Amino acid sequence: MSINEAQVSTVDQEMKKQPRRRQLSDRSIVNLFIWPALLLLIAMNVFPLFYSLYLGFTDYSAIARQQPVWVGFQNFSRILNDEQLWKYFATTGRFALLSVGLQTLVGFGLAMLVNEKFKGSGLLTTLILIPMMISPVVVGLFWKLMYNPTFGFFNYLIGFTNPSTAPDWLASRFAGTPVPGMALWAVVIVDVWMWSPFVMLLVLSGLKAIPDYLYEAAAIDRASAWFQFWRITLPQVTPLLLIAVLFRTIEAFKAFDLIMGMTGGGPGDQTELISVNLYRQAFLGQWRTGRASALAYIILIIIIAISNLYIRYLNQMKGES
Amino acid sequence: MKIKYLLVLTLVFVLILSACAQPTQAPVEEPAAEEPAAEEPAAEAPAVSELNILWAQWDPADYLQQVANMYEEETGIKVNVIQEPWGSFGDRFFTEMAAGGDAWDMVVGDSQWLGQGATQGHYIELTDFMASKGIDKSVTPATLTYYGEYPTGSGHYWGFPTEGDADGWAYRKDLFEDPDEMAAFEAEYGYPLDVPKDYNQLMDIANFFTRPDDGIYGVAIYTQKDYDAITMGVENTMFSWGGDWHDENNNVMGIVNSPENIEAVQFYRDLYECCQVPGLSNAFFTETNDAMIGGQATMIMNYFAFLPALASSDISEYADVTGFFPNPAGPKGAPQHAALGGQGMSVISYISDERKQAALDFIEWFAQEDIQTKWAELGGYSCNSSVLQTDEFLAAQPFNPAFAETMTFVKDFWNIPEYGELMEITQRHLSSFIVEGVGTAEETMNAIAEEHDQVLRDAGYIE
Repeated sequence: MSINEAQVSTVDQEMKKQPRRRQLSDRSIVNLFIWPALLLLIAMNVFPLFYSLYLGFTDYSAIARQQPVWVGFQNFSRILNDEQLWKYFATTGRFALLSVGLQTLVGFGLAMLVNEKFKGSGLLTTLILIPMMISPVVVGLFWKLMYNPTFGFFNYLIGFTNPSTAPDWLASRFAGTPVPGMALWAVVIVDVWMWSPFVMLLVLSGLKAIPDYLYEAAAIDRASAWFQFWRITLPQVTPLLLIAVLFRTIEAFKAFDLIMGMTGGGPGDQTELISVNLYRQAFLGQWRTGRASALAYIILIIIIAISNLYIRYLNQMKGES
Repeated sequence: MKIKYLLVLTLVFVLILSACAQPTQAPVEEPAAEEPAAEEPAAEAPAVSELNILWAQWDPADYLQQVANMYEEETGIKVNVIQEPWGSFGDRFFTEMAAGGDAWDMVVGDSQWLGQGATQGHYIELTDFMASKGIDKSVTPATLTYYGEYPTGSGHYWGFPTEGDADGWAYRKDLFEDPDEMAAFEAEYGYPLDVPKDYNQLMDIANFFTRPDDGIYGVAIYTQKDYDAITMGVENTMFSWGGDWHDENNNVMGIVNSPENIEAVQFYRDLYECCQVPGLSNAFFTETNDAMIGGQATMIMNYFAFLPALASSDISEYADVTGFFPNPAGPKGAPQHAALGGQGMSVISYISDERKQAALDFIEWFAQEDIQTKWAELGGYSCNSSVLQTDEFLAAQPFNPAFAETMTFVKDFWNIPEYGELMEITQRHLSSFIVEGVGTAEETMNAIAEEHDQVLRDAGYIE
């Protein structure tokens, strides 16, 4: 036995003599980190998700001292056969389409603008981002004042100074005459003002990532600016643009605080989006928890379906590239 | 190891489920009978040293706390008025009640909550208590009906009328009393310019003072769609035209869409069209007050509870020249009416018998005339009929005479548990007709009547 072997053997014997310490295995440490978070997630997200699904099949009010009564698909059936709710779904679709469409155009344009290097472009980028940092309720209340036909400056900016002949945007009237859809447009304008910077931010990161040599090569081939935009810029930015559109579409379907702050769903039900109506059914004196849960799931399914379409298209684009 | 984790997970799920489960209790079909303990005399020594009252967060709750401090000085029982912002007041109360919670001993709840409070067993019945102490005779009959009684007309009381409130009007006295304006008005309409005695006069005055070129308009009235504002505004005219929401058997067809109601709703739309301050298409108490403070409106509709701002020179530069008047009469000889606001104090049924008795003792003390006088002096809107007629009360605030008069002719919307569904229907249709300008008054009231009828049939109020 060499000296080294003898030393190792002595250490082993000493270790065996010592009382065995309780040591946490790697697996236990992993579990200790994962399980608290997982349990919290289960308690706060997963359980409410499944519990609300269950409530969707019941006649239940959260403020009534009654157990939920199982009614099967009755809530879903009534919702899907309710013409009024389909009207709200249609309004939500119109809002999402107009809002996201305009945000995409404006956001893309702004990104192209601030991507150019000029004096103060950094400051301008920061200023453009400010609207999306403000609470939607505050934005709604500010714009409510700005749209006011007597002292708001929006009408003044577009050339109307006499309140009697000016548009009353949130009342959906022009010079006192009802104009259907005007209030929805008013809300869309605010949503575009608020969230175009978000689209701009994502598109800008895409624009910055386009290698310069692509443009240099195109310039050598004497490609026009339009050709460069159409064949280089747009294809390179599209994946990020689609992600921005995906996020904004989901948010547009859930739009609530801005609408409540500005119109409360009115006038009539011109701006009654489905999420606003969901709130109305779940709270505001109605407390129809079972029906509201069912409606929430229908909205969730629609959002998942739309998201899947986007993701599928995104994956298809990745495959092609 | 996996089995261990599975067991832990199952245990956690069971714990969560049991925590979230509702207390097993059969649905309460009938108004809960009064607890026998509530009738028993108070214990010799106060077993309860502290009471909690839930109310919304606003000035009257501060005044109630000051009154409650007097009670503590007299009895040693501390009374806390717990204030919850208006936006979450109902949510907080009803979720606690659904759990059978005893966080509060009393609540100063909205008149529209009476149905839920009574039928779902949240409140104890106060009928015998109020009758035996003479409290039912101390308040104005209308406030007892709308802040305390359920079902309406049944003689069963669940709340003590605490904070009276109703719609009234504020107006610009300086414009009304300007000699040039008075002469011009009389020349145009053939009668002297004064506080309107009926709605036709109100329309004339509103038209007269609507001058867009000068930035001044006739009225600022409720139009908000969010919860109940436009309904409350419109029912002021409906009731004064002789209309109603239902008959004594809860029938609505032919009642909601009666000629009186249709005419009243058309009047409200005409008033909005001709004379509303522009931009007030979603207006409630803040917006109408702002229109007066900003000098845009000659007359504004608002609940009396929100009128103190207009009489405060710190807030309004027109405070010294702002006058107040109650709802005018309808044009066809129907008595004056005003939409009810305000709240009544109810005792929660889930607290112990000792606490119920202590809560009743507090209400008995609070209902005394001298305490009600103090309550009114502080700024609370007492419902005590004697206090409302005292010279001190009438002189205390410029709007108090109008308030005292109004509290004799208040009327409310439905207060059954389904009021939220009924309210959503009226809000949607009235906003569509009045603000959006869609349809006719008749179509609007027919649609409301049909949808109300369906809700009431589904809930079993109409066979």
